[in-house]
Amino acid sequence: MTQTAPRVMQDEEDVLDVRNLGISFRTPAGEIPAVRDVSFRIRRGETLALVGESGSGKSVTSLGILRLTPKPPFCSITGQVLLRGRDGTVRDLASLPEDEMRDVRGRDAAMVFQEPMTSLNPVHRVGDQIAESIRFHEGLSRRAALDKAAGLLDLVGIPDPRRRLGAYPHELSGGMRQRVMIAMALACEPRLLIADEPTTALDVTIQAQILDLLRRLQERTRMAVIFITHNLGVVAEIADRVMVMYSGRVVEQAAVRPLFRSPLMPYTRGLLRSVPRLDFAGLGREPLAAIPGTVPDPLEPPPGCSFGPRCGGFLPGTCDAAVPPLEEARPGHQVRCVRWSALTGEAA
Amino acid sequence: MSSYVIRRLLQGAGLLLLVSMIGFAILHLAPGGPLSQFAAGGDMTQEDLDRVAAQLGLDRPLPIQYLDWLWRMLQGDWGLSYRDQQPVLSVIGSHLGATLELMLTSTLLAMMIGAWVGILGAIRRYSLFDGFATIGAMIALSIPTFWFGLVVIYVFSVGLGWLPSGNRYTIGDESLANRVHHLIGPCMVLALVSTAVWSRYMRSSMLDVIHQDYIRTARSKGIPERRILIHHAVRNALLPMITITGLHLPTLLSGALVTETVFTWPGMGRLFLDSINYRDYPVVMGILMFTAVLVLLGSLLADLLYNVADPRLGANAT
Repeated sequence: MTQTAPRVMQDEEDVLDVRNLGISFRTPAGEIPAVRDVSFRIRRGETLALVGESGSGKSVTSLGILRLTPKPPFCSITGQVLLRGRDGTVRDLASLPEDEMRDVRGRDAAMVFQEPMTSLNPVHRVGDQIAESIRFHEGLSRRAALDKAAGLLDLVGIPDPRRRLGAYPHELSGGMRQRVMIAMALACEPRLLIADEPTTALDVTIQAQILDLLRRLQERTRMAVIFITHNLGVVAEIADRVMVMYSGRVVEQAAVRPLFRSPLMPYTRGLLRSVPRLDFAGLGREPLAAIPGTVPDPLEPPPGCSFGPRCGGFLPGTCDAAVPPLEEARPGHQVRCVRWSALTGEAA
Repeated sequence: MSSYVIRRLLQGAGLLLLVSMIGFAILHLAPGGPLSQFAAGGDMTQEDLDRVAAQLGLDRPLPIQYLDWLWRMLQGDWGLSYRDQQPVLSVIGSHLGATLELMLTSTLLAMMIGAWVGILGAIRRYSLFDGFATIGAMIALSIPTFWFGLVVIYVFSVGLGWLPSGNRYTIGDESLANRVHHLIGPCMVLALVSTAVWSRYMRSSMLDVIHQDYIRTARSKGIPERRILIHHAVRNALLPMITITGLHLPTLLSGALVTETVFTWPGMGRLFLDSINYRDYPVVMGILMFTAVLVLLGSLLADLLYNVADPRLGANAT
């Protein structure tokens, strides 16, 4: 297999370097490109938030990194996903053979899923489920792995961890189960943790606890975190950088402060306006803004900018001419909109 | 748990009473009777027939006959066969071995093959194998058993001469080899349909499971595919199979009517058919009650096993 680019990462501190990632599904209706030309990097200890509404491709991106998407020919992955493993070697996950991929999953990069209720196997004890990856990746005996699992349960704040090892998932609350999922993901001290909406299914107080836990664990292990969410409140709280996705493409990427203070892409501005804010309550009786319309059908994308049909600043002839390039508007702030400067009144 | 079992057993007793009433009524509603056998012979006078009827108690009103039968049954007296005056229980007992031998072999065979066909079909869904398995199962389910039994006899016994055409063993030769030789034909016929049934159940159960979130979780942990399949997927997919096995349990002892008849297998199925033909009321009622008890016990056992196998139920199954 020929490499399109050398497998080097420019920065020693980089954990993940995704280049031109494309993921498409084969369906009876045709080839559906779910993710197109997505590139980003994450450093050690950094948290990247992946934001977008349902169908924007954020979950598929995260599954694609670990190749948990359906196997070919049902799903094809293009581009490069360079991951620096625990031993310092860089591997391209997009072209790695399946058995080597298995060594990466759970060891160098791990994942926490959205639904703690259904993501644990109902017939096995949580201790064994946590110990499972330790046994396979580190070759420990069941007893030693269970000892380590008890330590992990303690780490994620589960009281009486020894006894909880023997619990079945249905005996734990949603928050507890998500803690177990996190313990499971952290079992082999991965360099990269992908959290796919880990707090969406939980109630608000538990959400805060889980976010706090993730932040604490990250400080301790300096792992890189990809945090997928559609909750901008969570983004503000946890992320260093934000990547906004729309219909399979990155439309804006920036550090969290500039993005919240001066979003350049009309879609991002729409997203921010649609968040209910307590500090405005009582001042103006402004109704909560919603972005009109829905995400375009991936089989029949609109010409040019895919957000065009829903955009207030849509200019015929300009916006629907071609897919806008991802432009470096300011240092470290990229936007995919040809009219960002005109629409925000800022100089390019 | 124990109160649950007691409740189920009490429900079962009520059900058995109902089954016995309906069975008794239908049996006596059927035209003809035990006496028509004698009458057909032509050398018995009406007087003789009346005397036999009185002896067997058949001249009494039906409800009285039923209550009499029920009362004796409750005391453990299953009555005597009209045909050879043997106690019903010993008649049933003498046919159980043959049935168990045939049913157990064919069921185990069908479960093992069917489960694997189902599992492979599910993980390679829409593959060539899955397609063949699906079509094969449809064909196997559509073939009438009696016809397939006759085809097996025609091909393997009459045509090729490889297999005996019936019976459990050659008279005078009760060696294991001889018994196995006789078992192959009927076993094949019985296993064909059950394999199809098991594979379909297993396939759909497996398909349910492999799209569950926890399978994706297992995959994200980087454990070998084989372990994901066995430890996570099949382990869960087998749960519904417990119920199906429990419901299948009674047939292990009540036998296969058609196959046993085609292969002149001296089992419970054939005994049942013969007894109906002779209007041998005590034996028919005996088999009916025996089977009903097995059905109830089978489903109870399945529920109890399910509680053991599924930790989600174990705690609150009382």
